Amino acid sequence: MFSLYGYQDIFLEGAWLTLQVALLSLVLSVVLGLLAALAKLSHSTVLKSIATLYTTIIRGIPDLILMLLIFFGGQLLINDMSYNLNEWLNETLTGYYPDHEWTAYLPEYIDISPYFAGIVTIGFIFGAYMAETFRGAILSVNKGQLEAATAYGMNKYKRFSRVMFPQMMRYALPGLGNNWLVLLKTTALVSIIGLQDMVKIAGDASGSTQKPFTFYLVVALIFLFYTAVSTSALKWAERKYSIQTR
Amino acid sequence: MDFSIILNEYPFYLEGLWTTTWLVAASLLIGLVIAIPAGILRSHSNWFIKGPVWAYMYFFRGSPLLVQLFLIYYGAAQFDSLRDSWLWYYFQEAWFCALLAFALNTGAYTAEIVRGVISTMPIGELEAAKAYGMSRWQRLRRITLPNSLRRALPAYSNEIIFMIHGSAIAGVVTIVDITGTARVVNARYYAPFEAYLAAGLLYMCLTFSVIYLFKLWEKSYQHN
Repeated sequence: MFSLYGYQDIFLEGAWLTLQVALLSLVLSVVLGLLAALAKLSHSTVLKSIATLYTTIIRGIPDLILMLLIFFGGQLLINDMSYNLNEWLNETLTGYYPDHEWTAYLPEYIDISPYFAGIVTIGFIFGAYMAETFRGAILSVNKGQLEAATAYGMNKYKRFSRVMFPQMMRYALPGLGNNWLVLLKTTALVSIIGLQDMVKIAGDASGSTQKPFTFYLVVALIFLFYTAVSTSALKWAERKYSIQTR
Repeated sequence: MDFSIILNEYPFYLEGLWTTTWLVAASLLIGLVIAIPAGILRSHSNWFIKGPVWAYMYFFRGSPLLVQLFLIYYGAAQFDSLRDSWLWYYFQEAWFCALLAFALNTGAYTAEIVRGVISTMPIGELEAAKAYGMSRWQRLRRITLPNSLRRALPAYSNEIIFMIHGSAIAGVVTIVDITGTARVVNARYYAPFEAYLAAGLLYMCLTFSVIYLFKLWEKSYQHN
């Protein structure tokens, strides 16, 4: 392997961590995106407006701000809530049993890990972009197909999983691929909330070796490698899945 | 939650808003100056011209903006020759590094928009221009550029939004833009929720005003 002032092993770990965060957020964003797209196309006004609010807010606020908001603000909010709930529980119990001693029923301090916050935030953000992609894809599927499925007596779930989903994914693939490429680059931000990804490791390493340019260049090259692999994989997938529509 | 903090600090936030606005506007302007020649040269037949432009666009579109910013802001110090030259005066300033990184980044993305729009240029119009005896430069100036600009507008408005959102990382390298303001306010009062929520709302105002203005502009194009 290449040598990088003794940092190569920890660097590879960081690169793997970046990929993990990206892949897990992708899964979350696809799930959220599908739900939001279905909500937007549903007949319920409540669901529609929740989904619209979600996609509008996300597209208006930068990812970094959302990440800081969830990581720092969310942590404070959850801890405030669990503190208040604890107090309330104890007070109520003391009301019934006067000799009841104060106990922490909920953890006194919940620590959101940057790993978790990063995945949740990125997944949450890209869910909004995925929603738009999926909404367009769902609308592109021929209505006759769904009608045929209904005529065959398929229920709602089967109609979605057997007819709608496989066909819409084909239309969604180009947009999905674009979102993935943007998502991949967004994962660099988790270093700001303290996750030991490769950007953070590059920062630590350049502090001790005085070679910041070298280290950040390696990070950039690894990202380029990831995007290059993704691009060719996406091209392959688009070719494979477009055959039947021709 | 105590939003009186934000009300007390609103002049500070407005300064941050101003910093973000000029930083993004200047980056977009410089980026556009880079993007138009780069986008045109990207389809050049000579590989020695096409190659470097391809490499530039590939690098800046394929790696995260944060890494590019760090590469310039922290990385510049690694080169002694740069540190000894007059350029160091600029490279030690966070705002200069951010401006450079943002401009190069948006330049690459915008060049891709320019390239895409030029390559889907309606051939008939160009042929008509040729038949009128226009030179290559005249065709570019009279037909290709105005026509492309109109078709590039939706994609470019997206790029502006991305740039506004992307510029939030300037707060990480000591620049007191909207994010930087929120970080300072949070450090001063330990009120992360209020501080970042206010920043988010400001970015949202900025984003939606840009979207609105571009919608108006696109509409005026359609009426003509």
